[in-house]
Amino acid sequence: MATKTIEASPKEAPAGRNIQLPIYLDYQATTPTDPRVVEAMLPYFTTKFGNPHSRNHSFGWEAEEGVEIARAQIAALVGASDKEIIFTSGATESNNLAIKGVGRFYKDRRNEIVTVVTEHKCVLDACRHLEEEGGFKVTYLAVKQNGLVDLDHLRQAVTDKTALVSVMAVNNEIGVVQPLKEIAAIAHEKGAFFHTDAAQAAGKIPLDVEAMGIDLMSISAHKMYGPKGVGALYVRRKPRVRLQALIHGGGQERGMRSGTLPVPLIVGFGKAAEIARTEMAKDNERIRRLSDRLFDAINKQLKDVILNGDREQRFPGNLNLSFSYVEGESLMMGIRDIAVSSGSACTSASLEPSYVLRALGVEEEMAHTSIRFGIGRMTTEAEIDYAVETIVKHVKKLREMSPLWEMVQEGIDLKSIQWSEH
Amino acid sequence: MAYGEKLIDHYENPRNIGSMDKHATDVGTGLVGAPACGDVMKLQIKVSPDGIIEDAKFKTFGCGSAIASSSLVTEWVKGKTLDEAESIKNTQIAQHLALPPVKIHCSVLAEDAIKAAIADYRKKAGTMPRTESAAAVKVAAE
Repeated sequence: MATKTIEASPKEAPAGRNIQLPIYLDYQATTPTDPRVVEAMLPYFTTKFGNPHSRNHSFGWEAEEGVEIARAQIAALVGASDKEIIFTSGATESNNLAIKGVGRFYKDRRNEIVTVVTEHKCVLDACRHLEEEGGFKVTYLAVKQNGLVDLDHLRQAVTDKTALVSVMAVNNEIGVVQPLKEIAAIAHEKGAFFHTDAAQAAGKIPLDVEAMGIDLMSISAHKMYGPKGVGALYVRRKPRVRLQALIHGGGQERGMRSGTLPVPLIVGFGKAAEIARTEMAKDNERIRRLSDRLFDAINKQLKDVILNGDREQRFPGNLNLSFSYVEGESLMMGIRDIAVSSGSACTSASLEPSYVLRALGVEEEMAHTSIRFGIGRMTTEAEIDYAVETIVKHVKKLREMSPLWEMVQEGIDLKSIQWSEH
Repeated sequence: MAYGEKLIDHYENPRNIGSMDKHATDVGTGLVGAPACGDVMKLQIKVSPDGIIEDAKFKTFGCGSAIASSSLVTEWVKGKTLDEAESIKNTQIAQHLALPPVKIHCSVLAEDAIKAAIADYRKKAGTMPRTESAAAVKVAAE
């Protein structure tokens, strides 16, 4: 084939294997929409196309009913009341609304925000934006080597001027689960609200806003087998959390988020939440088994593979591994028929590896060797086995090619070398 | 990122992987880059008594473009004189492999690696007694 470039899927699946290439192992980036979700959405594009805000005819009523059922389904997933669910365009908007909205509303009384350095960029960026706006003080807490928040440090950072503590539930890069209940208690001791970015957690791990003391929570549909372009912000009613809207207009969503609701997306989001709630235990049992299978098989065949983030406090569908002495992007190029993400940032002009891994104290050279494996609802055992085989083969090949591997085998301490920075 | 055909070929079938004895007087070794930056190249050349690069080997820790760039230069330097090899420019490497702009630094590193290997060889040739005597014999013969 005389094509100029070579994209994914360079070869056929090996004979006798029940798999299709390429294999998707990037469930933190996004998930496929569950076919049951798509089916639930379809009528809302064609026959039930009404505007849910049209109060005067059945088209509007029908659409409104679809939205309200979905709202209840999403509320049920996290133990909320349906009046506490505000629809947005996704978790990025939800995080922006929670941080800027709460920050600006309470600014006169409380102008401090406490967050963590390993948060998603949209949380960090929203915080920085408030700092630039002026009048806010933001504390960015470091994390422990296992990626978890140090509760003592958090306790010291929260003051009676803190309006909001924002800590994500499950980290997108390394999958660690933060101690939400304990964090909420610390925030509440000082009268601050607790917001959690649950984009990677909702539908994956059990969440209960009441039991955990969560005041605001961001959720994304497309990370839980729903459609892209829709998300939600849970906003507690008792005691009431108030916020300043970011988007003004028709006053939909109780004035917190104007704009006509994307009914088909919301209906799909609701269906996805319902499936996640009823099948979570079953899904998680499978995902844990597949995750252990991948981890154990790789470790059996390769040495110097390190798991980034806490071993126990994690969502098992996220395995972030450093393959020492093998650069992540070259490994990704070798395993082109397996879709994964790399903590290496060789593609970016900055040459900076992942800020999340660096925050864990992972050495820069190790951060360059990391690959994130995302396992989800559609992953099969045959896919995991194929992935392991491919990875082991390429890591071995690339180590044979690696001057660092050679030096370490010769007993040279890499730290003793005077490297030329460039 | 979509990669060019030549780049993929060098990545998948790298030429001249390996190592030579770095203590040998006819071998020049260049080690450039840093693990923290995500790429390290080791390039070695074996130089004949009349100053021709007879063999070249490399090992690279780095992305596909870094591997391909170093593989390509080992091919290019073979059979060249030191001066000819030294004149290889990173732009030629980048152009040949159709490196995307964010990968230009890989070709710069490959150019640095050759220069470092040649400098190492020259340093040895200038100080090592055997090479000196070889040069002396040559002068005497003239």
